[in-house]
Amino acid sequence: MSSLPALLVALPLLGSTLAFLAGLLRRQSGWPVALVTAALQVVGAGVLASRAFDSTVSYVVGGFTAPFGIELVVDGLSATMALLVAVVSLAVLAYSRVAGPRSNAFYAVYLLLVAGLTGMSITGDVFNMYVFLEITGLAAYALVASGEGGRSARAALKYLIVGTVGASLFLLGIGYAFVATGTLNMADLSTQLAAVGYTEPLVQAAFALLVVGLFVKVAVFPLHAWQPDAYAGAPDSVSALISALVSTVAAYALIRIVFTVFTVEFLQANPAARSLLVAGAVVSIVFGSVLAVSQSEIKKMLAYSSVSQFGLIVGAAAVANETALIGATVHLVGHAVMKGGLFLTAGLIATATGARTVDDYEGLIQRLPLGAGTFGLLALAMVGVPPAVGFVGKWYIALGAVEASAWPLAVVILLSTLLTLAYFARILERMFFRDAGEEPRSPTSRTASDADRDGVSLGMAGVVVAAAIAAVVLGTLAFEYGQLLEPTVEALL
Amino acid sequence: MIDLLASRGYFLVAFLLMGVGTYMLIGSPNLIKKVIGMNVFQTGIFLFFITSAFVEGASPPLLSAPAPYVSPLPHVLILTAIVVGVSLTAVALGLIVRIYDEYGSLREGEIREVAADE
Repeated sequence: MSSLPALLVALPLLGSTLAFLAGLLRRQSGWPVALVTAALQVVGAGVLASRAFDSTVSYVVGGFTAPFGIELVVDGLSATMALLVAVVSLAVLAYSRVAGPRSNAFYAVYLLLVAGLTGMSITGDVFNMYVFLEITGLAAYALVASGEGGRSARAALKYLIVGTVGASLFLLGIGYAFVATGTLNMADLSTQLAAVGYTEPLVQAAFALLVVGLFVKVAVFPLHAWQPDAYAGAPDSVSALISALVSTVAAYALIRIVFTVFTVEFLQANPAARSLLVAGAVVSIVFGSVLAVSQSEIKKMLAYSSVSQFGLIVGAAAVANETALIGATVHLVGHAVMKGGLFLTAGLIATATGARTVDDYEGLIQRLPLGAGTFGLLALAMVGVPPAVGFVGKWYIALGAVEASAWPLAVVILLSTLLTLAYFARILERMFFRDAGEEPRSPTSRTASDADRDGVSLGMAGVVVAAAIAAVVLGTLAFEYGQLLEPTVEALL
Repeated sequence: MIDLLASRGYFLVAFLLMGVGTYMLIGSPNLIKKVIGMNVFQTGIFLFFITSAFVEGASPPLLSAPAPYVSPLPHVLILTAIVVGVSLTAVALGLIVRIYDEYGSLREGEIREVAADE
């Protein structure tokens, strides 16, 4: 089973093809195929994770030895991402059986996205990472467009154009690094770049292009413009999947590029490189929150909230010490669970009551206690109320910033909790402490796709409640996980 | 200086193409032209890679040819990148067909007006 890393990418690819072919024989047969694939994927990722925390697992594709061929490298961080991708995709799949687009093509693209994300998580080769980044991107564009009406098509086209520019900048950065060193293997690149010299303009330009390219994919302000439209225009299950995984894995790629390829010594040799990360983090946290406060549509508000939360992750990368990086990983996982859960809950509320704007949520606790309760719980977890996972991630990142004496960043990180409260408090107050006004203006706020839905299924409610429970339980486990991750992060720095 | 520019001419063209592509991508209100701009931008990057493989006086990377060889790796990389670019173009054009069906226009401003009326 030493070829497990490769199987983890091959399995969803195979499932994707099968889901598509099954559609030729029988309509609406994609879901069972996707479910089996996603369940196997969880098992595979779990087995891989149980090994990767002890020692790094690596696999050489096609028998070409390491610096020349493509290598898959799985350490604790990659295994975490692979497992997160598998678990979240399985959960969203359970939700989408009734809620989501049900065509076979949808499930084929869904599994293609899983393959791309898993590949990005476990690859040890920068060009291979670009290819998986584009596979992820293509699948995400198609999924966003799977909604009905022109809005999702417009959102997807905008996402495609901006995303392609980001990926192309990433490719150009790879080109610069390749011209400087002649290698594409991440481990080999880090030694070769050190030999070339960290203050060489070519190396600096490569860093800037790679980081800015990934900033687009992570949706760091001001390169976030694609993200709110894409999240708001997509069907609910797709927004949940994309918000939970696509930016998360892009942020993982950012950490990988900064620390495995360029290393901390590069950041120390180039204060401007660190300033780039700090600037991205601070601007994202502040403006993401401010824009979130000013939104009236729930899904757009959640989207801008992601911009601000990913500012924290970029901030942790800028701090670059052990505590902050553990915090970044915990927050990546926590954000995926909480934000995915919030989007699914928003979808459930919209299905049950037609409420899609902040004003529609007035007195929701009386109309839909389950939806209001889980939304409230997840929102509080996101704000960072202990013992939820949102608290642990922010705590580690803030602690790391203080340890590194990065005071301005530490202040902004602490402030971010208040800012998060600012946009969630609006909704919490409306949901719990106001009486329901007249029925929400259903005809205008309901989209056409709501009408032909079967209402809330057991699977939808189950997944939403599971996400809320996971947000709390993961918080209690997060400190142990942090200790487990320590050797990986030490090796990274 | 002239020598330097002459020997680096390909790089100059590569970045010129990227600039032209970016300008089309941002400046043109027509969605199809935006996609063409995106392609031109990517072509610039492809040219940059291919140029970097060139070695003065080298032969193609074939065992029957005498050494030194040009680097074959960037060609392989760009072959992959071209495939990616083609798929992106296909998806983009597919989306544009849907947008045109929905709004009856390919111009950004008109589409925004129609969408605002909804």
